[in-house]
Amino acid sequence: MGHDLAPVLELRQVSRSFGPIEVLHGVDIALQPGRVHALIGENGAGKSTMMKIMAGYQPPSSGQVALDGKPIAFASIGEAEARGISLIHQEFNLAEQLTVEENIFLGRELHRGPFLDKPAMRARVRELLAALDCRVPPERRVAQLSNSDKQMVEIAKALLRDTRVLIMDEPTAVLTRAETAVLLRQVRALRAAGTAVLFTSHKLDEVAEIADDLTIMRDGAVVWTGLAAGMDEHGMATAMVGREMSDLFPPKDSTPGEIALEVTGLNVPGHARDIGLTLRRGEVLGVAGLIGSGRTETFEALCGLRPGSGRVRLFGREVRINHPWQAQALGMCYLTEDRKTRGLLLQKGMRENLTLQALAKFDRGLIDTRAEDRALDQAIADFDIRGHRGALVGNLSGGNQQKLLFAKTLLADPEIIIIDEPTRGIDIGTKQQMYGFIRRLAAQGRAIVVISSEMQEVIGLADRVLVMRHGRITGELAGSDATEEAIVRLAMGVAVSAPQQESAT
Amino acid sequence: MTDTTKAPIRLSMSVIGPVLGLLALIVAGALLNPNFLGWDNIVNVLARSAFIGIIAVGMTFVITAGGLDLSVGSMAAFIAGLMILVMNSALPALGVGIPVVLLGMAVALAGGLLAGLLNGLIITRLGIEAFIVTLGSMGIYRSLVTWLADGGTLSLDFSLRSFYQPVYYSGILGISWPILVFALVVVLGEIVMRATAFGRHCAAIGSNDQVAKYSSVRVARVRLMTYAGLGLLVGVATIMYVPRLGSASAATGVLWELEAIAAVIIGGTVLKGGFGRVWGTVIGVLILSLISNILNLTDFVSPYLNGAIQGAIIILAVVLQRESKAGT
Repeated sequence: MGHDLAPVLELRQVSRSFGPIEVLHGVDIALQPGRVHALIGENGAGKSTMMKIMAGYQPPSSGQVALDGKPIAFASIGEAEARGISLIHQEFNLAEQLTVEENIFLGRELHRGPFLDKPAMRARVRELLAALDCRVPPERRVAQLSNSDKQMVEIAKALLRDTRVLIMDEPTAVLTRAETAVLLRQVRALRAAGTAVLFTSHKLDEVAEIADDLTIMRDGAVVWTGLAAGMDEHGMATAMVGREMSDLFPPKDSTPGEIALEVTGLNVPGHARDIGLTLRRGEVLGVAGLIGSGRTETFEALCGLRPGSGRVRLFGREVRINHPWQAQALGMCYLTEDRKTRGLLLQKGMRENLTLQALAKFDRGLIDTRAEDRALDQAIADFDIRGHRGALVGNLSGGNQQKLLFAKTLLADPEIIIIDEPTRGIDIGTKQQMYGFIRRLAAQGRAIVVISSEMQEVIGLADRVLVMRHGRITGELAGSDATEEAIVRLAMGVAVSAPQQESAT
Repeated sequence: MTDTTKAPIRLSMSVIGPVLGLLALIVAGALLNPNFLGWDNIVNVLARSAFIGIIAVGMTFVITAGGLDLSVGSMAAFIAGLMILVMNSALPALGVGIPVVLLGMAVALAGGLLAGLLNGLIITRLGIEAFIVTLGSMGIYRSLVTWLADGGTLSLDFSLRSFYQPVYYSGILGISWPILVFALVVVLGEIVMRATAFGRHCAAIGSNDQVAKYSSVRVARVRLMTYAGLGLLVGVATIMYVPRLGSASAATGVLWELEAIAAVIIGGTVLKGGFGRVWGTVIGVLILSLISNILNLTDFVSPYLNGAIQGAIIILAVVLQRESKAGT
């Protein structure tokens, strides 16, 4: 079983405070060589802080970090890395304009005399990428890579450093199923090679699939730790949330009304062709498909965020939309999947973010800041947003950011709301809340599109599901026809889904 | 973690740093030369600060919205030259009087607005870096004014000059017009930056233009307006400047752009955009003018070292900003 091996990295009664607020309360965790340890918990439970302490990014306020049984205080990230501990962030830490090879060797380039030893580096990179089943050419610029390939480059970078402890913060959040399968295979290989792996994920099925050990956190404390086999998915969710999880998805009880949106022959150069769809008031339309199938681009073009051509009718009236503010004036808003770089101003406070999209509502020559504060009070109450009012939005947890983004868009009173990945990287309790919000909007008679990579989400939430593949709509499923298998088949363009074929796209 | 009370307001170094710097300069000046705090010297410093100051207020908006304008110095020279040419040639028809001065002012304002719009249109419509566009227009205007002056100096007709001079030298209650106009521009600028949708949009675009775009902000229009506004203010500054010397040459307004940008940065506006404050810019302008004023009044340090000291202050200001950011 290997559970009695000496731990390679341990936290002992570690607490951590930021100013007067203690976010970690005396946590213990032990990582063992050759085992995969999953760390789960709601957003804001303290997982990220814990990982940062383990990787030497932050010192603990009290308690000990122990490496090979001996207490240690890392002076820097570099020291932790030199001791074989690597942390892979949720946000990639890559130089976008450098090539894959240059990134992997950044700071530890191989030399021959005063010159770089490019052939040796090239060979080593090929070796590493081959081990990761990653077919990216080493000379490609990182800016041109997909998220999943960037993830692989990050892992390759860590592997180059003879990592003994690999800590991954939500490595699968931006990956498709096929890409996740590749990643998990690689994690298994690392485990076999004796590496201690710690990872966090909100996808409990993955946790159940790969973890040997499991630690569950809630509100800055460890609430459960033990063998992963001792806990099923339902138990995990209950322990994380601290209450019994009832049905994740609310009932689909709204009745479709008049046609709100009608699109025919929409072309988005380089991304989608001949898209046609209709959407009624009171309806939630799901859009499924692999990452890269043109889902996001299609709806961005529809809202004037990127060039596109085609016929668009809103509430029966033919319209031309070239800019997002035109779409908003016509009652249609797009909520981005990328809340950190496109959704919110991370360096600004909650109030300025909340009202940015609907600032005209508060503009009486000068901005009425009291009305803004009232709107923020309302949004905090309506959407259960937690955090200091004065805090920068970048310091809020992912779930609270998502709620704020939601509130911000709704402040513009859109009748048609396109929501791209409504629950990416947020915990299960917040997910359930988001689903409730979305269904409630439909019940109010708004027309809603939900784009999602999580099939259960699309099926559980949507009245109808459109599936896209290679920039085209390959099918529409409704009611009991909308099954995971049917969606996968349409998304992959194959008769029967098979993981090997999946990775080929 | 769950309470929603307001975080306490903290006075960071980036807020009080420039104010402390200004106070230190005033104390040093007063100690080094008894005339420093005299009425004449104060009015003199403020009036000289007004040109750069008016331009720097406009620059604050451009930089806050994530842009930059290097062309303002040569734009001012070109507008001054144009203004003098138009006024001189209208003189026979209109005679010395208010109409010809008003014509000159109209030319300055229209010229500034057009020049700013041109910069802004090229930057927003063609999507070229502001640095490149304004580096180009800086060269163009500088060359145009040299050409208009045929390599020499354009001078306002003597009779007209003495008629127009009070715009620089006189004022109300002993406060000269440039100071009054500067004060007005600052107050309006502060209100626009702090309390209007336009100011909020500038900060949003400078913070992250993608977020602004996805939030239905009319990014191109706001950006264009920052450049047009700056151009207009360059026109205003030129109206105040021409009566001072009554001439324009290839040497007019040299390095004004850098002084304006430096004042904005010393005042705590972030060079890469997203956060700006107009009152800080005023402090920045005053710090820069006081340094040269003190060096002129004392023989402590050679006035030739003015540039070196200003340069050190700029770097210091940015270091202080960064420290305070890392400290929060």
